[in-house]
Amino acid sequence: MIEKVLKGSPKFYVWIAFLGAIIGLGAFTYLFQMKYGLAITGMSRDVSWGFYIAQFTYLVGVAASAVMLVLPAYFHHYKKFKKMIIFGEFMAIGAVLMCMLFIMADLGQPQRALNVMLHPTPNSVMFYDMMVLMGYLVLNAVIGWVTLECERHDVAPPKWIKPMIYLSIIWAFSIHTVTAFLYSGLPGRHYFLTAIMAARFLSSAFCAGPSILLLLLFVVRKVTDFNPGKEAVQTLTKIITYAMAINVFFFLLEVFTALYSGIPGHAHPLSYLFAGHDGHAAWITGFMWVGAILALLSLALLIPPSLRDNENLLPWSLAILVLATWIDKGLGLIIGGFTPNVFETVTVYTPTVPELLISLGIFGVGALVVSILWKIALDVKKEAGTL
Amino acid sequence: MKRSRRQFLKVASLSVLGLSTQLATGGIVNAAETGEQYQATENGLHAGRWAMVIDTRAFETPEDFAACINACHKAHNVPHIPNKQEVKWLWTDKYEHVFPEQENNHMSEALEKRDFLLLCNHCENPPCVRVCPTKATYKRADGIVAMDYHRCIGCRFCMAGCPYGARSFNFGNPRDYIDMAEINPEFPTRMRGVVEKCNFCVERLAKGLMPACVEAAEGKIFFGDLTDPESEVRKVLAENFTIRRKPAVGTQPGVYYII
Amino acid sequence: MYNTKYVLLGLIVFLGLFTSPFWANLGSASYERPKLALPADQKECIESAEYMRAEHMQLLNVWRDEALREGKRSYVASNGKVWTISLQNTCMKCHTNKAEFCDKCHNSNSVNPYCWDCHVEPKGNQ
Repeated sequence: MIEKVLKGSPKFYVWIAFLGAIIGLGAFTYLFQMKYGLAITGMSRDVSWGFYIAQFTYLVGVAASAVMLVLPAYFHHYKKFKKMIIFGEFMAIGAVLMCMLFIMADLGQPQRALNVMLHPTPNSVMFYDMMVLMGYLVLNAVIGWVTLECERHDVAPPKWIKPMIYLSIIWAFSIHTVTAFLYSGLPGRHYFLTAIMAARFLSSAFCAGPSILLLLLFVVRKVTDFNPGKEAVQTLTKIITYAMAINVFFFLLEVFTALYSGIPGHAHPLSYLFAGHDGHAAWITGFMWVGAILALLSLALLIPPSLRDNENLLPWSLAILVLATWIDKGLGLIIGGFTPNVFETVTVYTPTVPELLISLGIFGVGALVVSILWKIALDVKKEAGTL
Repeated sequence: MKRSRRQFLKVASLSVLGLSTQLATGGIVNAAETGEQYQATENGLHAGRWAMVIDTRAFETPEDFAACINACHKAHNVPHIPNKQEVKWLWTDKYEHVFPEQENNHMSEALEKRDFLLLCNHCENPPCVRVCPTKATYKRADGIVAMDYHRCIGCRFCMAGCPYGARSFNFGNPRDYIDMAEINPEFPTRMRGVVEKCNFCVERLAKGLMPACVEAAEGKIFFGDLTDPESEVRKVLAENFTIRRKPAVGTQPGVYYII
Repeated sequence: MYNTKYVLLGLIVFLGLFTSPFWANLGSASYERPKLALPADQKECIESAEYMRAEHMQLLNVWRDEALREGKRSYVASNGKVWTISLQNTCMKCHTNKAEFCDKCHNSNSVNPYCWDCHVEPKGNQ
């Protein structure tokens, strides 16, 4: 099926070339990181994780979110989602690849990464994270490819694929739970040390991931004959709305416990994120407030059925939601976890331009993988008449 | 015909895989052979659990601290990096930062102005060891939390895990900040991309020497075996009021402070 | 077979590329063991020269783990002599000439170990 990539419109190749340029820019910048080390990033002794790990965390959520299509389709036999599933699975592949690249970019000694397997350490959550991410990549690649090939030949998928799909549903929950455990088991970081972390991660993933999927599918609908189906979109939007409502609720639970208990350690990260320090607003302060307002705005636009089902408004509502969840998880989470530091002092972290360029390059790789896989899926579906 | 070519490729690639795994793992098994030829050094110091007691009252002038810090950083070739990506094994800070959540109002001026030495706590339950995905950080039988810089992948999970900020990461090449002419030729430096921290002078203990800071402190820091009731640290602990950093996190530090 | 022409052509190109190092080195002088600068005042190493030549990397690998992890910093050689386990303070106290000893052999074998990214090479290195 890979030959489908070789026959595309000029527009498709312009898009691929554009992504190639972005990847090239990121790779070129990475050469500097290889030469000078992570010194080119904004990270410091006090804020020792930054933009890379934050993007990794966000993208694990995006990868896990494919389950929001697979679960209704296979556990509840909701047939309307079947058409979209392959796109969710292929997006998950791109997301997992980006996760792995972000981890590699963050390592001080990337050439030793396989030490994690050479010296397996079952007491480290990082060990499990590596295992579950690889497992999830294989599951989605196998399931996606096999089901698409069967669709192409107009035959029923092999029997063994069903147990794999059920496994992938549970697996999706596990990858993001394990990612949350990376943070929520650390004794000295108040913002991370919360039992609700995994639940927060899952809820934000299950609204943000499907939103990104829908936004991308809207683009696909514009440039091809593919149509995800009105009812499928509306159902998925309902799932997104519930997940976002739960996500905002969970965040407010954190705010209550931190502020009402008045325990300084718990309150400090939130007050730093939303009010800055020593009377000065940090750069993150503006982002956090914008994120909070956008989160509420997205709910206001998604909860009323009349607004939610308005097809012209929906892309905007989803984009607002994605931005809000990204600020929470892709910026605030790591910065709040490391500021104030363990000495209760503030070291400001600001990502540097090289750091952002390398990240952009990695996003480019993800976009390239998803573009190629989706192109294959679309062409196969077109040929089989199941578009 | 098409099918048979496919099958041939399948069988061929599986056979190659099988043969090469055998070759590869054979090499690994050979390298792991060890025998009785490895022993502890004859004159080394041994303990059931090494611990340190710092008499913070005795440190008065900046020179008192500098003597210890310089001794440590010189002995271990710790680079001096003048920015936020610094590396430090032994350093000082004020009470409110060393003991956050144990601060008090209206403390004596002496206590408020006092500096406290900070270093790796060599915890009983070290979170850094718990989170390390490669066992590059590990706890020895004598309680010392040690590092194998050869194995560290630089993921910095241990830095996120340490509640004491005891760990530093080599963001760049540390040798750019070390005068290679002034280096201690007996001890290595570190390389870019690995985490490092105080090692309780494990290399000096093996030679029968006390840690560099203890030696330089001239009696202001006590060091010894916590499991030995007759040891100096046990006597000092029994006679003085001491506290440890962040007792709430349950790590059981091996560094005690006489206030 | 389908596309026999292309498959055969592809195979030939692949084989050519795969064996290219052999063709490239055809006719050039055969490999000669580099002449190493041996310590002047020492007759023998901790183990036989043959063993050290073949196994020094595995030995160092085990040394590191035994010294750092097990706290066993003495090595009893096969002749009963006891040595302190240390690349910097034992090996390179005799082998003071890194450039003419370590590097020479490593270079001609195209291996690039990063020992000296951390370990300090002897000052008497000429």
